[in-house]
Amino acid sequence: MNRLRHFLKTWLLLELLSGLWLTFRRMFKPKFTIHVPEEKTPQGPRFRGLHAQRRYPNGKERCIACKLCEAVCPALAITIDIAEREDGSRRTTRYDVDLSKCIYCGLCMESCPVDSIVLTRIYEYHGEQHSDLCFTKDMLLAIGDHYEAQIAKNLEEDAPYR
Amino acid sequence: MIQLLADFFGSMGTPGLVLWTMIKIVVIATPLILCVAFLTLAERRVIGAMQSRCGPIRVGPNGLLQPFADVLKMLFKEVVVPARANRMLFRFAPLLALAPAVAAWGVVPFSENLWLADLNAGLLYIMMMSSIGVYGIILAGWASNARYALLGALRSTAQLISYELSMGFALVGVILLANTLNLGDIVRHQAGGVLHWYVWPLFPLFVVYFISGIAETNRHPFDMAEGESELVAGFHVEYSGIVFALFFLAEYMNMILVSALAATLFLGGWMAPAPIFNELAIFGIAPLGDGFLWLALKVTLLLFFFLWVRASFPRYRYDQIMRLGWKIFIPLTLVWIVVVAVAVRWSVLLGGGA
Repeated sequence: MNRLRHFLKTWLLLELLSGLWLTFRRMFKPKFTIHVPEEKTPQGPRFRGLHAQRRYPNGKERCIACKLCEAVCPALAITIDIAEREDGSRRTTRYDVDLSKCIYCGLCMESCPVDSIVLTRIYEYHGEQHSDLCFTKDMLLAIGDHYEAQIAKNLEEDAPYR
Repeated sequence: MIQLLADFFGSMGTPGLVLWTMIKIVVIATPLILCVAFLTLAERRVIGAMQSRCGPIRVGPNGLLQPFADVLKMLFKEVVVPARANRMLFRFAPLLALAPAVAAWGVVPFSENLWLADLNAGLLYIMMMSSIGVYGIILAGWASNARYALLGALRSTAQLISYELSMGFALVGVILLANTLNLGDIVRHQAGGVLHWYVWPLFPLFVVYFISGIAETNRHPFDMAEGESELVAGFHVEYSGIVFALFFLAEYMNMILVSALAATLFLGGWMAPAPIFNELAIFGIAPLGDGFLWLALKVTLLLFFFLWVRASFPRYRYDQIMRLGWKIFIPLTLVWIVVVAVAVRWSVLLGGGA
């Protein structure tokens, strides 16, 4: 009986037909495609895109030049120089992120004690030469200023899970 | 009208005849190439739909201009000839792959009185042409002087030889029933509705023919000659630009040819599925009667099957292909040929020739 069933299965191509039937049904199901320029994939608050430096609401830089991010960065993408300011505070004079090295692991963001360096949701950017992808402190601060509302919201949404 | 034109060119002697033949070739080849173009689009759309994605939809309305964009892209690419390649054969091979694929169309009957040549040995001619096509593949693999290309060519050769046999045997069944090699006569033997088509008495042969056709055109799941995951692209790995497009054209042209043949030999060609369609006439013309429409419909269905199969099945292993060809298809066709021959001898089947 078993052999007969096997025989019929083989010669009537039953398994092939059931495979064909599966793909045929699939054809009329809704498609998963996201039409990219018009539609966007949903992003979570933890999305790790372009870097940004933040300021306190009074305009002071958050970064205290502790160099933790530089130390933790596995790709050695962050370069920091430090100097003392006139008011005696410890601040960075240079904070460069080489985006061509960065692997977007988010460890800098995790290590930062003052939530200064963050990864934003921006992911559509490009550079036509290497120097375009070396972001300086001013650029990072500018990004932070521009997207502060979104960044703050991300951090707030993610805070309960940290 | 056509007769008038033929007479006009015929009156100009030999140059006129050559010109008239050229015109006929263009009239058949141009729509064919357009069909190929849109078949590539259809393939991507159908497979896309079966994988729950869209496929090309950006170029033109619904992606309809995608084939032309592809052709333009191919045209502007550089044709790279490898340094150690056999330059003459390297250039010659794509033509050798394409020319038989186009030439075979000369004898395919599109409707009752629409064809290029009414050959009495049409079936033999088509078998011959489809066999010559393999030389293009072998030469391409050989001339490229690359390991992948050569391996692809070798596989393709072995595969084509194996499946050519079962394909030929499947056709023998048709010849037995129709008692002729003329494609038009074979279709006329199948007149009188669905029940008179050769699929029914020859169903196993039809299945074998179609699967062999898929193998013959190196399509999935028998695309050992290309085998992207093992051989990069197989025999055409060294080809680029418009020369690569020629191989592409040949493959798709062969696909359409195999479908057209399957429709002609097994599915009644240009015949309507029921004689009643011929009586639904308006002003003496039956729009749904026997004619090119039905052939086009059948070919489209079979081509859809080609794409469907590609979307559904994984690639065969090489030894499995050989086993299927030699140990299953050939015995199966042989047995069925005997059955058909006996049935024809004692006129068991309708439409038996002898």
